Amino acid sequence: MCTVCGCGTATVEGEKKPGAEGQAAHDHHHHDHDHAHDRHHHHHDHVHGEGGEVIDFGASLAGAHVPGLSQERIVRIERDILSKNDAYARDNRAYFAERGVLALNLVSSPGSGKTTLLVRAINDLKEKLAVAVIEGDQQTSNDAERIRATGAPAIQINTGKGCHLDAHMVGHALESLDLRKGGVLFIENVGNLVCPAAFDLGEAHKVVVLSVTEGEDKPLKYPDMFAAADLMLLNKADLLPHLSFDVGKCLANALKVNPHLQTLVVSATTGEGMAAFYAWIEARAALAASRAGVAKAT
Amino acid sequence: MHEMALTESIVDIVSDEARKQGFGRVRVVRLRIGAMAHVEPEALRFCFDAVSRGTAAEGATLDIVRLPGEGWCLDCGKTVPLEERFGACPECGKSHVQMTSGDELRIEELEVD
Repeated sequence: MCTVCGCGTATVEGEKKPGAEGQAAHDHHHHDHDHAHDRHHHHHDHVHGEGGEVIDFGASLAGAHVPGLSQERIVRIERDILSKNDAYARDNRAYFAERGVLALNLVSSPGSGKTTLLVRAINDLKEKLAVAVIEGDQQTSNDAERIRATGAPAIQINTGKGCHLDAHMVGHALESLDLRKGGVLFIENVGNLVCPAAFDLGEAHKVVVLSVTEGEDKPLKYPDMFAAADLMLLNKADLLPHLSFDVGKCLANALKVNPHLQTLVVSATTGEGMAAFYAWIEARAALAASRAGVAKAT
Repeated sequence: MHEMALTESIVDIVSDEARKQGFGRVRVVRLRIGAMAHVEPEALRFCFDAVSRGTAAEGATLDIVRLPGEGWCLDCGKTVPLEERFGACPECGKSHVQMTSGDELRIEELEVD
């Protein structure tokens, strides 16, 4: 085990080959490894995950003795591709925590009824909670207008050709939203079950909305999104009598992908099941507000 | 296609490093991508040529090293290989496996002039 940061070096050891050349390769590699660690501790905020030993899985080029290639020509980067987005997401998360606001990132395929669900939720919650909305769509501000009709402040983000919201866009939207302690911010992502899964916006939870007019196997077809979410709302439950949709099978599929996923069967049209969603929100909003109080006191 | 956004992040990071460390042309950008990462490697390559144009990364080869997935099987109490996010344990056949690696999206190193 590496004594500097405690990461495993098992795989590095495993790459050691017998013979002089093999030994040289090992030393080479080891030097490279230590060097990289040195860089971490001084310049990067990189943290080794549980699978730290996997980081050195492949033989490094230096270890492989590629002809004409010296160590100086290799620049170790070791950064997550999403590190910039994640830095913006951290800023957003700190902003929400400081203000005691619960931020929820609503994700779904197009047409699952996210906006209808939001409009209903805002109308039912607005007496109890301050609600604000960030709407993401490729084009038009139709959804923001639907939200504003409820009286809640809404900012539309048009992503143009973009298929998802990113934390930087959300950060800009926050500049023009007045968030109140104990309130909730709904971020309605672009309708897309693929790309938004990868982009942390700084939200407390991703809430995935699936409707009963879609397939029961959608959680299996798009596992990344269901794995990233904390709550699934199975919407349009009022249509179930007209469909052959198997709710039990759908929920089982969702839990297969994510055993920690909480699930609610709701109808934004009739209001069925929505009370449980509101209770889920209110409990978390109260917690966010109380934590903001503690943060201020200390 | 979020590969475009991911590619822009890669090119941004490479350009930052080129400025900071003062190197010129980048020959190879080496990525480590987990088998279950939210990305399609071929789409990354496709976007990279377009996005890197006019930057320090222009003309560089994208070398994508795929990392296998691993999970912790709660029933067997050990690390097992995992091919799907919700895959079953290859030893006991049950689905009580928590993914521990395989969703990496990292820039590992650059070969530069």
